[in-house]
Amino acid sequence: MNGAAWDPQEPRLRISETMTAWLERSRYGWPIHDGAKAQTPREAASRAANGRGGGWRRRRAAGWRGWMGAAMAAAAGVVLLAALTPRAMRAQDCLTCHGDGSMTDAAGHSIAVDGKKFGDSIHGSLQCTSCHADIQGYPHPGKVTAVNCKTCHADQAAQLAGSVHADAKEHPCTSCHGNAHEIYPKSDARSAVYPLNVPKTCGQCHSSNGMAGKHGLPSVYPNYIDSIHGFALSTEGLLVAANCQSCHGSHHILSHTDPQSSTYKANIPQTCGNCHARINDEYQAGVHGQAIAKGDMKAPVCSDCHTAHAILQPTESAFRMQSTPICGNCHKDKFSTYRDTFHSQLGSLGGYVETARCWDCHQAHDVRAASDPGSPINPANLIATCGRCHAGANASFVQYQPHANAHDRKLSPGLYFVRLFMNLLLASVLTFFLLHTILWIVRSRYNQMKDRAGNGGNHA
Amino acid sequence: MPEMEQAGTRGVAPERFYVRFTREQRYMHAVLFTTFLGLAATGLPIRFSESFWARRFAAGVGGFGAILFFHKLCAVVLTVAFLLHLKEVFQRGLMRHEKGIFWGPTSMVANWKDVKDVFGHVRWFLGLGPKPQFDRYAYWEKFDYWAVFWGMIVIGFSGYAMWFAPFFAHFLPGWALNAVLVIHSEEGLLAILFIFSIHFVNTHLRPESFPMDMVIFTGVESEAEFRHKRPLEYARNAEGGELEKKVGNAPPVWLVNFSRVAGFTAILIGLTLLVLTLTAYFS
Repeated sequence: MNGAAWDPQEPRLRISETMTAWLERSRYGWPIHDGAKAQTPREAASRAANGRGGGWRRRRAAGWRGWMGAAMAAAAGVVLLAALTPRAMRAQDCLTCHGDGSMTDAAGHSIAVDGKKFGDSIHGSLQCTSCHADIQGYPHPGKVTAVNCKTCHADQAAQLAGSVHADAKEHPCTSCHGNAHEIYPKSDARSAVYPLNVPKTCGQCHSSNGMAGKHGLPSVYPNYIDSIHGFALSTEGLLVAANCQSCHGSHHILSHTDPQSSTYKANIPQTCGNCHARINDEYQAGVHGQAIAKGDMKAPVCSDCHTAHAILQPTESAFRMQSTPICGNCHKDKFSTYRDTFHSQLGSLGGYVETARCWDCHQAHDVRAASDPGSPINPANLIATCGRCHAGANASFVQYQPHANAHDRKLSPGLYFVRLFMNLLLASVLTFFLLHTILWIVRSRYNQMKDRAGNGGNHA
Repeated sequence: MPEMEQAGTRGVAPERFYVRFTREQRYMHAVLFTTFLGLAATGLPIRFSESFWARRFAAGVGGFGAILFFHKLCAVVLTVAFLLHLKEVFQRGLMRHEKGIFWGPTSMVANWKDVKDVFGHVRWFLGLGPKPQFDRYAYWEKFDYWAVFWGMIVIGFSGYAMWFAPFFAHFLPGWALNAVLVIHSEEGLLAILFIFSIHFVNTHLRPESFPMDMVIFTGVESEAEFRHKRPLEYARNAEGGELEKKVGNAPPVWLVNFSRVAGFTAILIGLTLLVLTLTAYFS
């Protein structure tokens, strides 16, 4: 007890809980304790003793609902009083000591409670002893048992116990929900799990200098916050923008290797499809979606192309630059032949986003085989597909091979021989003139030296 | 230009200068090397777009749209220059029936002597024979001319075929649209490698001309250089009494200095591009 210099010899606070006072609290909400003025427990005690005139503040007008509430509370109060006999601890009793903001335990951890914030919090209508159940009165033992949220939140506790956070050494609930005495509903902007606050809350651990760094987990927070989802959330304040728990869930977060997980590869299209419904429909119709549905886990899902956290706007230059090689991870031969084309040469320089990338011709989500009449690369659709960029594309124009292989004599004979001729031309011209030039320089220099030695001049 | 300077200091009489290139020809060369440098500088990043310098260069000049724009701009200017040259050749050779355009010692067209000169020159390199006597255009100069001539047709045609692909598709088969890129990039690469190494050395950097042959910039060369480099042309003109007609003025100092700056800048850019090309090609 550092700053709270109260005399242990002072008479202990002994305020009888009367039915009237209890009802009053039930009707008007939590007594608001003016923490700024209450510098010492003694002052706080006198304020509390003054009752309504001291620190009570009405929260809402009491109409007929107040009477109804009073009646119900009276009934509840009788039951509760019976349970809490001989004498129940009231919150302001506890705040007498714990309202002092500088109060710490023997180890130096703060054990102070901000009465106002607690009163505003979702648990504001509860007694301290509702959670700190082992405290029966004052004085209480120096060591009290940790509060178990499971007592009330059994479902969430059970979900958490089966999740990746089950082995959390710290108190798992407060890690995310924040200060136990200042927990707000998730619709409240002050809540640590308010949609706009979720990334920051998770980021406390899942960023490079947090838990993720220590445990070798990928640092996802910086990736997320720079992503299109993070951007929408942090700059636009878009509540519907995907935050961590939109994809991972909250209490029952499973490893992506667990088939039950929302981030398990086969489940990702559905997870993203919760918001991106039409894209998911298109994806499911395409070859990749059907392969995944058949259990072929080599096929890509959303996150393989878009990444999981650093998701970019797909029309952005940076995304168009990075995703063609992603298709190439599997379609190696197609990527290799694509790189020989003008599309690739221009495209790989960046800044010029219009050049055709894989999905500009093949579709991004509804990828279909060329034999499928619905595919943009079906011969019947080529003029329209190429014509999207090349105005005036005609039947001859679309004979262009976007994946021609100049080294494949059977597949592209014309191209093969053109390349061969050009290579031979280059090699022969350069070889002849390189030798010619080297010999020439040597001979000229030799003559210059000889002349200079002979007559003192260096005229060649 | 060591030869000129040395000739000037050594000569008893004041050095005489002879006109080798007209003003139009010098301007043509200036347009040619300016647009060629522009085309090379904007074409190489496309050809080697995955090299470390290509993206930086592209980003530096304003992205790929800018590079392609400058490439096309230079291409159009060079095309106009090429067409003007064709017009001149057509007028002088076919309309005015000027002699020496299509054949003879002053023509760019190769003849039997050029074939003999190639072998004779190589024999001289190896110390197996005397140095051949050259006329107005030596065989490597004719090769330079025709390499550029052929290159402009091939690179130009393939370039325009890509630029206006849907139009060219009306009369080209589908696979030709694939082939034009190969032709354009390989022929462009040949031109770049040839000009920035062989033309630079043969014309400017070889010991006789080091560090630069100024005649294409000033239009005139000294009598000593004329006699040494093109003895047959000198003798022919001297015999025919044509020599006096070719006498020109000594190049003014500003023109020599300006030409040096322009020429060395071009050579420096060219050699830089050559190094970048070679690093990209062999990496």
